[in-house]
Amino acid sequence: MVSGSALLTLENVTMQFGGLKAVADLSLEIAPGELFGLIGPNGAGKTTVFNVITGVYAPTQGRILFEGRPVQGLKPHAVARRGITRTFQNIRLFASRCCRDNVCIAGHQHAEAGLADSVFRTGNFERDEARQQREARELLDVMGLSQWEDTLASELPYGQQRRLEIARALAGRPRLLLLDEPAAGLNPLETEELMRLIEDVLRRFKLTILLIEHDMRVVMGICRRIAVLDYGVKIAEGTPDQIRTDPKVIEAYLGEEVQADLGAGT
Amino acid sequence: MLCGINVILAVSLNLINGFTGQFSIGHAGFMAIGAYGSAMITMHAGRGWAAALGASGIPPALAEAGPLLIALLGGGLLAALAGYLVGLPSLRLRGDYLAIVTLGFGEIIRVLILNINAVGGPRGLPGIPGWANFFWVGAGVLAVILFSRHLATSTHGRALFAIRDDEVAAEALGVDTTRYKVLAFVIGAFFAGVAGGLFAHYLSYLNPTSFTFLKSIEVIAMVVLGGMGSVSGSVLAAILLTLLPELLRPVKDYRMVMYALMLITLMITRPQGLMGSRELSLAMFRRRRAAAA
Repeated sequence: MVSGSALLTLENVTMQFGGLKAVADLSLEIAPGELFGLIGPNGAGKTTVFNVITGVYAPTQGRILFEGRPVQGLKPHAVARRGITRTFQNIRLFASRCCRDNVCIAGHQHAEAGLADSVFRTGNFERDEARQQREARELLDVMGLSQWEDTLASELPYGQQRRLEIARALAGRPRLLLLDEPAAGLNPLETEELMRLIEDVLRRFKLTILLIEHDMRVVMGICRRIAVLDYGVKIAEGTPDQIRTDPKVIEAYLGEEVQADLGAGT
Repeated sequence: MLCGINVILAVSLNLINGFTGQFSIGHAGFMAIGAYGSAMITMHAGRGWAAALGASGIPPALAEAGPLLIALLGGGLLAALAGYLVGLPSLRLRGDYLAIVTLGFGEIIRVLILNINAVGGPRGLPGIPGWANFFWVGAGVLAVILFSRHLATSTHGRALFAIRDDEVAAEALGVDTTRYKVLAFVIGAFFAGVAGGLFAHYLSYLNPTSFTFLKSIEVIAMVVLGGMGSVSGSVLAAILLTLLPELLRPVKDYRMVMYALMLITLMITRPQGLMGSRELSLAMFRRRRAAAA
């Protein structure tokens, strides 16, 4: 299924920490406009995949191509500038700043006003600042956070913090958005809302989204293609229906539950 | 005068410690570089220029202005260069480790000065023209405050705050954290150097003992007391901590005991600092009045 039109291509990516292979020989292709799900039990290496794509780690082996150009080995901020932004599983907001500032910081890479412009308050700075503030407000509006604009990120309700993370990632004007368990800790109703929001964002910003989820049911609803990771190895890839009936997937998830039951029994 | 110099020091350190969250305890080192650097510029060149200008009939205040400005900027730039060099390890080090590097840096500078005969070594450096008057210190204070305020409310300031709050997230969102950490060091060091230059041209005499580790700690106390990241907090705390030992003179022997006690009390009652991370502004006063009415 190798084709030249993929937005993101992982070629035999391996990430090794000492003796542990967190990701082993992983190959993926994500087409533009796709909402791709990456699932797997706890500790399967899903977040490591994100960290490798975004430059937090340089892969031990393999290549990562974004829009046909390699991005492996680049620093995270350089990857972000190429057009890949992300959210974090354990929310990482700028706690001491208000929501609008949080979004503005992500728009930083598109700022045109230099340091001298800022210090001497030139017309260039004023225009740039006004544009950043306006864009931040628009994004907060899309994410339904308008009423929290001036609230400190740390004082935001948990569900809203998750949304702010997405708003912030969008402010970097990505072409590929990586969402790391965006529904973690949300109740079923909030999860439902968030999933609809993600679909909306995908269309509105003409994005491609790569979504990690621990909970299979969440992904099944919105992703058209899913890859399943277990112990760093891709064990299946396909449509939700294919994944649901794949014996290897059932084993990986069932195995986990059986283990959990055993653990509870002792 | 010393108040103003301490304000410049505190506000400039606030750029590094408060805004960016990089714990630096070598600020006296930057100040020393600026002080000695500007003194040398003035003594070897500036004094001659001022004399030449004065001889051509320009009033002395004006004749001194140019050379002093050059000396202050020169001292600031030397300190900024040192800030760049110290900023480099901060790319790899965090928290305690960075603090130790900056501590070492401050001590190295002091010991170097102590052993360079050309700047007087342990005897000190006398005979610097006392050009720095209230106007110059005031201009320096104004410059550093305006700079910090404008920086804080710009996209670059937001990038610094982002690094303080969560470096990993800042990096993932396209902030070049390396560049901004070094930038904070360079700017902070520059203003510390200017403060040092003013100090030299105010006292007319420099001695390495003015730039010990204790001086760095004093400036850190101002930043922490004022509230990390608050420009007006740093200003208030710098004034308070400079005046307090003087105001406490009547209690004689117990002066430093009282000073320490008051510091401890302040930190217990307001651990976030005088201002927290907020700023004094007209809007705040208006809100107060509206709330009272």
